[in-house]
Order: sequence, then C-alpha cells, then structure tokens
Amino acid sequence: MKKRTSILGGAAAIAATFVVFVIPFIFIILMAFKDRQQSALRDFSWPTGFHFWENVVEVVKTRNWMMITAFINSSIITVVSVTLLVIFAAMVGYVLARRKTRWNGLIEFLVLAGLMVPPAVVPTIWLLQGLKLFGTLHGMILIEVAYNLPFSIILYRAFVATIPRDLDEAAIIDGARPLDVFFRVVLPLLWPVTVTNIVVQSVGIFNDFTNPLYYLPGNANATVQLTLYNFQSQFSTAYNLLFTNILLITIPPLLVFMFFNRQIVAGMTAGAVKG
Amino acid sequence: MSASTMAGTPNRAETRAIKRSPYPGWFFTPAAIIYSVLFLVPTFASLYFSLTRWTLFDSEFIGLENFAQFLREPFLIKGLVNTVIYAAVTSGLKVVVGLLLAVMLTSQIVGRGYLRSVIFFPVLVSTVGVGITFTVLMHPTQGMINETLALFGIAGPGWLTDPNLALYSVALVDVWKGVGLATVIYIAGLVAIPQDYYEAARIDGATPWQNFWYVTLPLCRPATSTVITLSFIGGLRTFDLIWAMTKGGPGFASDTIASVIYKQYQAGFYGLSTAGNVVLFILIALLVVPLTMFLNRKQGHE
Repeated sequence: MKKRTSILGGAAAIAATFVVFVIPFIFIILMAFKDRQQSALRDFSWPTGFHFWENVVEVVKTRNWMMITAFINSSIITVVSVTLLVIFAAMVGYVLARRKTRWNGLIEFLVLAGLMVPPAVVPTIWLLQGLKLFGTLHGMILIEVAYNLPFSIILYRAFVATIPRDLDEAAIIDGARPLDVFFRVVLPLLWPVTVTNIVVQSVGIFNDFTNPLYYLPGNANATVQLTLYNFQSQFSTAYNLLFTNILLITIPPLLVFMFFNRQIVAGMTAGAVKG
Repeated sequence: MSASTMAGTPNRAETRAIKRSPYPGWFFTPAAIIYSVLFLVPTFASLYFSLTRWTLFDSEFIGLENFAQFLREPFLIKGLVNTVIYAAVTSGLKVVVGLLLAVMLTSQIVGRGYLRSVIFFPVLVSTVGVGITFTVLMHPTQGMINETLALFGIAGPGWLTDPNLALYSVALVDVWKGVGLATVIYIAGLVAIPQDYYEAARIDGATPWQNFWYVTLPLCRPATSTVITLSFIGGLRTFDLIWAMTKGGPGFASDTIASVIYKQYQAGFYGLSTAGNVVLFILIALLVVPLTMFLNRKQGHE
C-alpha cells in the first residue's frame, strides 16, 4: 500500500516537474529547429523541417562572426579569472584557517561584506578608466576576481580547517619554505574543494551579464551573454535564430552539469548545514 | 583553535615567531590588493560621489540633493518599494517551494535522480536566456502559457504587460530559476537531521503532519536561514532578469533599485546613479542585518 502511493506520488511529481521545468527547454530546442516563418508563431509545435544547422550558421555569422569573438572572450575571462581566484583564494583561506591573529576578525568581516554589499558601479568605472582598464578584458578579469573572492575564500577556509596540521608541520620541519609547503603539500590536498570552486565560479562567471554590461562595452569585447542580449533586438522577428543562440549558450553549463553535478551541489550548499 | 604560539600577548620571542611563521601574511597580498582596489576603493568613493553632480571628469558637491531627489521622484520611490516586494516574494516562495520539494525528494519516491536534476538545472542556465524564453512564453496573446490556458477556457492575464502584474511575473520566473538551489540546500539540511527524532516521534504516535511541523521544520532551521538570507540579498540586488524581461516596464511598474541605477547611469546622471547604489547598500544593511540576527537568535533557542 505504502509502496503504491509512493509510485503514484512519484508519477504525479514527474508529470508536474516535466510541465514546469522541462517543457520550457523543449520549447527552446523546438524553436531552434524551426524556420523563420514557423518560429514566428511561437507555438509549441513540431518543426515542419529541420533547420537547426542553417540557424546555427546564420547566428554564428551575424555581425561579422560576433558569436565566435564572444565565445573566445567569455572563455578567456572565465579561464583566467577562475585560475586567479583559485590560487589567491586558496592562499587566503589557508593562512586564515591556520594562523590566528588580530587581523582575522577584520578579514572575515571584509569577506562577509563582499558577499552582501552591492558593487558601486559608476565609481568602479571611474577607477577603471583611471587605471586604463575600462573596457578591456584585463579589467573585466580583475573585476570578476575581486567580486568572487569572498565566496571562494569561505569555501577554502572551511576545507583547510579539516586538513590535519601535522601534514604541513611535517613539511616545515623537513625544511620546506612556505611557498613549497603551500604549493606542494597543501594545494594538492585541497583538490576536492578546488574542483568545486572551479565548477561553481566558472558557471557564474560564464553566465555573468551585469558586470560585462557595465565594464565591457563595445562590440570588440562582447561576451556571450551580452551578444544574446544585443541579438534580442536584432532578431526581434527571427525567433528561430534567437532561440538557437539561447540553445548554444546553454550547452556549456549543460556539459558542466552532466560531469560535475555533485561538486556543484556540494559547493552551493556549503555552509548551509553547519548552524 | 589549536594551541598556537601566536595566541596571547605578543612579546619579543613571539614577534619573531610571527615573522618566521610558516603561514606568511603576504599570502593575503594578491587577494587584498585586487579586492581593495576594485571593490573597497569604489565603495568608499561612492559615499562621496553620491553627494555630487558628477560627469566622471569633474564633480560638484551638492550635499544630499541626490538622496532628496530619490525620495521626491515617484518612480524612484516605486523602484525602492518594488525592490523590497520582489525580494520578499522571491525569498518567501523559494523557502516554501524549496522545502516542499526537498521533503518530497528525501522521501521514498520514484524518479528521485530525474526530479533532482530537472529542478536544479535552471540554476545553471544563463539568466538572460531564461528571461528571453519566458518573455516569449508569457506573451499575452501569442505566448504558450496563455494559449494553453485558453484551451481550458481561461483568459490568461497580460503577464508582463499588466503594470500590476509585471513585477510578480518576473519574480515567478526568478523562483522557477532559483528554487533548485533552495531545494538542494534544504536537502542537505534534511539529510543532516538524526533519524532518532523521527523514531521518537513515531513511538509517540505522531502523524506525518506533526512530524513535519514539530520535527522537520524546527530542525532544518539552519537551512531555512541560509535560503532566506541568500535569496533575500539576491532579490534586493536583482538586475539581469528584470532587465532581460521588462527593462523595468511597463512604464516604471517593475523597476527595482538596480535597474534604476543602470538607467541613471545610461542617462549620464552619474551622481544620482551612485546615490542609488548607496541607497541599495543602506537598504540591504537595514533589512539583512536584523534578519540574520533574528534567524540566528531563534536558532539559539533550540
């Protein structure tokens, strides 16, 4: 009897979540397969012919291959800023967890402030202009690092606290210098949380729209999210192309999700259960 | 905290120990420089520039005029109110729906793996993409949602075109996209509840409802406070979804502070835009600090 109700409940839940969560994605895929005329109807129907490849080619070629530029820019921003984030945040989290000084309170306060306080956009633009970094990939990378450091530091600090001190102390007694201790002993041990960091932060930075909108104006520096936003007006009558674009930029997160589901969930729920 | 030599009052030997510490303070330097220059300096600068009329090249000190304007212009006040409504609606719904989904997913239900993946995946999808998709789905006459409702003889509302409804429609999409995160946080919290409590409740003859109300709900409070805090701050700061769906419209009906900041920036009112930033900061501080204190105090009672 119990078993039966749970199967019925499961079926109901599967049906409900299918309607709410899956159908919008099927809609995106169907639209991306249609031709311009059929997609203009914006209905949930089977494509009369499969035009996916033509749509992809047309989207990619729009505005002088802007999608290609955008994918390259987004990849550079994501890879470089996540690399810097991992190294710098691990260094802070490591020393913060290992060494108790009177600065710890201040640093922890700054980390929490970084999670809560909204960035002051116009003063940041003014500052970036002063540093000749406004509208450059370098500037964008440094901004992503600055804004995402607090979250990575929290993840690293919590994880370092679970690694026995004996390990680094043994290396120190053997005469290893601090940098060697960190890069050869501690950082390899932090691998699980590093994977979590890489996955969570790259999804966040790849999907970031607001910060590139402010700090990275201009076509030469477009990111994939900005390109999609700009195409929204350009493709206002070509829904097939608009949805092909959406489908294309959904593929990277989908791949990450398929391979790193566990790490993502671990990273995003970190700290939730401590209490 | 282990018995480190650095604790206690520093004397000469200890100062030397700190200098030769295997955990050198300069490890903070790269992060500290980037964070200070690109985050702290602009934040403090905003306190000054919010008091000026500013063109990026020169600024004229005008005192609290920008803030006065914020409280005078009806559409700016509207943005302020909308921000609070949006944050309250999204975080409230994420708590309720997230908890229900998590209870369902931790029970003996078929298709758990599928359900979990499907509910969580939208968290990872581009917000702009989600916004555009739902703008199409929510079209008053040609959108799929209203066409489906019409099949049942229901005349669907103008989700994004009705000024009274637009903000809530965007909030619903925000919940659709973000509830997966609330759910996995709750799952982590529910799994951590020791089975003994349920065992004891069963012996006392508790109904499933009593189980939920007296055991599950109080014991997953840490998860609740995380979900509320995260989604409330996120809701107050929200920009990308609103900008992708309504751009604050129709009129100013779904403007929030973050979209006002962007509009004033686009219009070249840099001082006013920065004042908006300070207002948002003050709003977050005024609402979130008491909220976290309240949530943590309750936790101490358990």
